[in-house]
Amino acid sequence: MNLKTFKLGGVHPPENKISEAAAIEKTALPKTIYVPVQQVLGAPSVPVLKKGDKVKTGQLIAKGEAFISANVHSPATGTVAKVEEVTDTSGYRKLSVIIDTEEDIWEDGIITDGALAEECSLSAEEIIEKVKAAGIVGLGGATFPTHVKLMVPPDKKAEILIINGVECEPYLTSDHRLMLEKGKEMIIGIRILMKALRVDKAVIGIENNKKDAVEHLQELLKNDSQIKVQALKVKYPQGGEKQLIKAISGREVPSGKLPVEVGCVVQNVGTAYAVYEAVQKNKPLIERVVTVTGNVSKPANYMVRLGVPVSYLLELSGGIPESTGKIINGGPMMGKALNSFDVPVSKGTSGIIVLPESQSKRSAEVNCIRCAKCIGVCPMGLEPFFLAQLAEVKDWEKSEANKIMDCIECGSCMYVCPSYRPLLDYIRMGKTNVGKIMRTRK
Amino acid sequence: MDTTLILYAVASVGGIGLVAAVILYFVAQKFKVIEDPRIDEVEQVLPAANCGGCGYAGCRNFAEAIVKSGTLEGFFCPVGGNSCMLDIGKALGLEAEIKEPMIAVIRCNGTPANSPAKAQYDGVKSCFVANALFAGEGGCPFGCLGLGDCVAACQFDAIVIDPESKLPVVNDKCTACGACVKACPRNIIELRYKGKKDKRIFVSCINAEKGAVSRKNCSVSCIGCGKCVKVCPHDAIVVENNLSYISYEKCKLCRKCVPECPTGAIWELNFPPRKEKTEASVAETENN
Amino acid sequence: MSKSNLTVSLSPHIHGEQSVKKIMYGVVIAMMPALLVSIYFFGLDAIRVTLISVAACVLIEYLLQKYVLKTRTTIADGSAIITGILLAFNVPADLPWWIIVIGAIVSIGIAKISFGGLGKNPFNPALVGRVFLLIAFPVQMTSWPKPQAIFSPEIADAITGATPLGILKEGIKNGMTVQQVFDMPEMPKYIDLMIGNQGGSLGEMSAIALLIGALFMFWRKIITWHVPVSYLGTSLLFAFIFWLIDPSMYVNPLFHLITGGMMLGVFYMATDMVTSPMSHKGMLIFGAGCGLLTMLIRMFGAYPEGVSFAILIMNAFVPLINGGLKPKRFGEKIEKIK
Repeated sequence: MNLKTFKLGGVHPPENKISEAAAIEKTALPKTIYVPVQQVLGAPSVPVLKKGDKVKTGQLIAKGEAFISANVHSPATGTVAKVEEVTDTSGYRKLSVIIDTEEDIWEDGIITDGALAEECSLSAEEIIEKVKAAGIVGLGGATFPTHVKLMVPPDKKAEILIINGVECEPYLTSDHRLMLEKGKEMIIGIRILMKALRVDKAVIGIENNKKDAVEHLQELLKNDSQIKVQALKVKYPQGGEKQLIKAISGREVPSGKLPVEVGCVVQNVGTAYAVYEAVQKNKPLIERVVTVTGNVSKPANYMVRLGVPVSYLLELSGGIPESTGKIINGGPMMGKALNSFDVPVSKGTSGIIVLPESQSKRSAEVNCIRCAKCIGVCPMGLEPFFLAQLAEVKDWEKSEANKIMDCIECGSCMYVCPSYRPLLDYIRMGKTNVGKIMRTRK
Repeated sequence: MDTTLILYAVASVGGIGLVAAVILYFVAQKFKVIEDPRIDEVEQVLPAANCGGCGYAGCRNFAEAIVKSGTLEGFFCPVGGNSCMLDIGKALGLEAEIKEPMIAVIRCNGTPANSPAKAQYDGVKSCFVANALFAGEGGCPFGCLGLGDCVAACQFDAIVIDPESKLPVVNDKCTACGACVKACPRNIIELRYKGKKDKRIFVSCINAEKGAVSRKNCSVSCIGCGKCVKVCPHDAIVVENNLSYISYEKCKLCRKCVPECPTGAIWELNFPPRKEKTEASVAETENN
Repeated sequence: MSKSNLTVSLSPHIHGEQSVKKIMYGVVIAMMPALLVSIYFFGLDAIRVTLISVAACVLIEYLLQKYVLKTRTTIADGSAIITGILLAFNVPADLPWWIIVIGAIVSIGIAKISFGGLGKNPFNPALVGRVFLLIAFPVQMTSWPKPQAIFSPEIADAITGATPLGILKEGIKNGMTVQQVFDMPEMPKYIDLMIGNQGGSLGEMSAIALLIGALFMFWRKIITWHVPVSYLGTSLLFAFIFWLIDPSMYVNPLFHLITGGMMLGVFYMATDMVTSPMSHKGMLIFGAGCGLLTMLIRMFGAYPEGVSFAILIMNAFVPLINGGLKPKRFGEKIEKIK
């Protein structure tokens, strides 16, 4: 089939998909898990349990009270040992529910048979309620609450549902394996999402380095007139929301607006699978596929319960290597470097990458040589060298005028800069300050 | 050489110059901006640092504001200090408030010895950026990151990062203008009284976590135990949110709280060393 | 299991492995064929001039950065070497060593370091040095030694003469037609011009050698086609139009291509990333401007050679070009419609 792509910018980092042949493995639970109450791009949830409480797998342990917030459920059965601060993926200590684990006893109502449940007779509103109750957030890494995304504002209309199976970051293969192994369930999840959004068209975008996934899903969908598979050219950041919408539908989301402005809603394949489990099996979001890769002796994809410390997963993959310089939560282009081995897996953890010391330090930066490579690769058509300069001298007005808020922080500019300039560090600083100014202006 | 030619040249250019001068004089008179001459007088007295520490946009703006308001209440130039405000008062015939001189104080003692690094930061040398990334190399989320945003903000060269302690150190050039206070993303710096003979006592920690947690990251953190509050005879200390705070207005520099602190979080600056309690001196006090 | 401290930094955590050093040394390699040709024609003199120029540039950059400005030294990145070679390519082979050193001081000290070093200079340093020397030492800078090919049968005495462009300009001024100028014995034949057997500076010799180097830079993605094509295209078009109007006054475009600093300027100096625009549209405008100015100076100006001045003048326009031609943003078109 013909490959589509987005036009502006993009880079080609080496793919390093060393774990792509590893089937998803279920993992046993460690003795203690640490479940942060904030695993969402929004307000932290409020714990509803306290020390000493007994808890079953799938039981609610923290409630999302604010509008942009999500419920958190217990990934295990056991006793609440403590409710206190633990260092999580943010680099800071955040409130978490610490549970001493026992054998799984599932919360009432959760269906644990592996049978494929095809029919869904719920209405759109009921589906959204169930998604909200299950605490589902975007599993592509951004962790935006899914139920909020599904609530299309009355003055906008959703036309297409786009499913993000791109996984453009190097090393990560969790979405790839999920599409291969749980394709049927995922497709039912897509149909449920289509019902919630009241659309009759869905396209699954997959990068062409996952040909087996493309063929598998095309085979499963060969009699489906509403859901299509679209193979995409391999280019980073194809998985970015705006770039994906442009490649698949040809529409460009205007600056400062949401995708629903051009009639599109984007959801990750993992989110679609989680929606299937929540709506058809009443199972809340308590586990996800995590790729453990990089300098480990056994790169693998695990189905991990939330709250499991990263050190436990590294042990399963052959132990923490001698020379470990960095541990990245997510992909190497946009993921965050962790400051501790004991950080727990949360809803936004798509992968854990171990880098040896030799690959962990940045090279010394020199002056910008005005080669314009950064401009050539920016997928949003910005001038990264200029925005970084403005942020460095703290000129927030000009930064905003030059659309610094359009930056999707994909890292392509820093990837190609021959002067090793920390462009994205400065641009992020600029975005934080401009964001503050814009909020106080309102 | 034709002398008449020279004379004509001199006369014509001189004449043009004269005409231009006359025109300029009248134009200057017509478009003259009438300003209160006292603004210039006040501006002369000011230190011309244009640092904004007074809260106004430069020294001239400060002078204008004072002359407009007609009183010195609420106005203070931290760079010029009391002597400058007295001079302004003399020039305008107004009363100047005498303010206690202040200085910037760094409320953190998280040196590499006290708060060993558990991770290494690699990135732009900016406290603002590091603060958004993680708690810090030592692990304390309230502690100084040592990357120098305060140093960059200071216009008086009054603050430098000490290479051994990796913490900022304030010297005499500090004018308490407040730029470093604003620059620090963790509000570690506070403007406090300079104190008699430069002596001051303060809690060198702003960690609000429970004692057990904060001590894991830094051995000299304040644990909020409250022993300092009990021993202070001037009611100057308050413990709130696991953190002790000494009010610089109430503190009389009696030094009783310093040895009471079990972690050594309270600092006394520029005091003479304490007399060692030997047997002889104890006997002396007992006999008296 | 070692638990040494983890490094914490913001994303991205991988890099594409391009570096300033790789780019700079790529340009140096690209200039080697031209250097070899100049050594062939000028022998030891070429080596002398190039070595002095490169050494002076590197040394001056080192001394200024270490002792005057007290900042980090950047001589290892290769940009001083490039300026040294380019400066050498722009001067006659018999230039006294102290003039070369002065040129290096101006190039590096004034045109580069005083602006803040690599990346901050608005003007091409080698050209600034060359133009300064041209104006300060006009006699030494305009007496070009004749090439004495190492294997050439005619080993004439060391004589100096004008460049082909110089011969042309003088001839036209004196009322000769183009054909008559070409009939003069001093004017080299076309084949000589192509391979480099002409009077001129070191780098103006062989168009073919310079082209080989340029192809190398294209392959390494150090330069793009925009500036060279627009520069050459505009120059040739301009020359072509005037040649059609009056072939006796104006020489044909091919002559302009292979004489003077055209090839050197087009591929090595106008394409310098620091002093050229950052957008492709901007580069096209820049190249066109350079071409136009070069031709105007060559045909109607006082100087026989216009490349240096043209490029410097267009360097001055680069901030305007950059400011006026911002790249098209994602989603911009739709905003305008709304």
